Amino acid sequence: MKISINGNTQQFDGDNMTISALVVTLNLTGKRLAIEKNGEIVPRSQFAETKLKDGDKLEIVGAVGGG
Amino acid sequence: MMNQQLVIAGKSYHSRLLVGTGKYKDFSETRAAIDASGAQIITVAIRRTNIGQNAGEPSLLEYLPPEEFTYLPNTAGCYSADDAVRTLRLARELLDGHKLVKLEVLGDPKTLYPNVIETIAAAKVLVKDGFDVMVYTSDDPIIAKQLEDIGCCAVMPLASLIGSGMGILNPWNLQIIIENAKIPVLVDAGVGCAGDAAIAMELGCDGVLMNTAIAAARDPVLMASAMKKAIEAGRESYLAGRMPRKLYSASPSSPTSGLITAA
Repeated sequence: MKISINGNTQQFDGDNMTISALVVTLNLTGKRLAIEKNGEIVPRSQFAETKLKDGDKLEIVGAVGGG
Repeated sequence: MMNQQLVIAGKSYHSRLLVGTGKYKDFSETRAAIDASGAQIITVAIRRTNIGQNAGEPSLLEYLPPEEFTYLPNTAGCYSADDAVRTLRLARELLDGHKLVKLEVLGDPKTLYPNVIETIAAAKVLVKDGFDVMVYTSDDPIIAKQLEDIGCCAVMPLASLIGSGMGILNPWNLQIIIENAKIPVLVDAGVGCAGDAAIAMELGCDGVLMNTAIAAARDPVLMASAMKKAIEAGRESYLAGRMPRKLYSASPSSPTSGLITAA
């Protein structure tokens, strides 16, 4: 399935990937993140049960230096 | 007058200097400068995470643990109320339900001047949604009052343009804003040196928020230390109350009698 992450489309194997599994696949384990799926925030507590489907659009953000 | 602590949204802070975390050489310089500034509230930006590159890269949060500081996520780079609200909802999720935020909605990429119409629209939504909103705005006293009436917890007029280091261009407007406000007024943006920060505090500001004045100094850590002292000195000077200005009326500090005289 194809998922858009931060504006880039990526191909993933399988059809039942959860957000938790995606975080592991992207090497982001342990990072403090917030994720929006199709414009709606997915609380961290729901990463494990939120399944992704073909065409989903994700925004994955973190805190960076700023004024 | 007592030098009380700064209270924002019900929480007390002994430091009246708020600092940004951008534009430093690296995270260890960021940390050293923030330590030297004594700041307790630090701003951060919310940005897309790098995917697939620099996976092991250290993060800002490792150098500035959220347990040690009060994070103030900002909406820098947002040009509409919708984008600002969306960014701060993500920030709230990112920081475990954290409510204190810095709202800024810009109107123009060249000057980074605030768009007060979009700012007011975003402030209404955010206050209703339970955020404690510290709001960056122009030095317009009417807009500042409107933002207070909406329910913002602090109003933060610019001294001059973001990152310009031009200092306080309109002290008279700032004074009107301060006189009218029942919530903390902080100068945000435009401070260039420690003298500017002291002047802001002497005008009666409750605090100053700055980033570039420290980060772009030749020695950021030393400037952070200077800013800490300037904020404290300016505050004490304000509380102490300056002497009246007396044009054309000199008054010697030493006794006028008892002078030795020529024999």
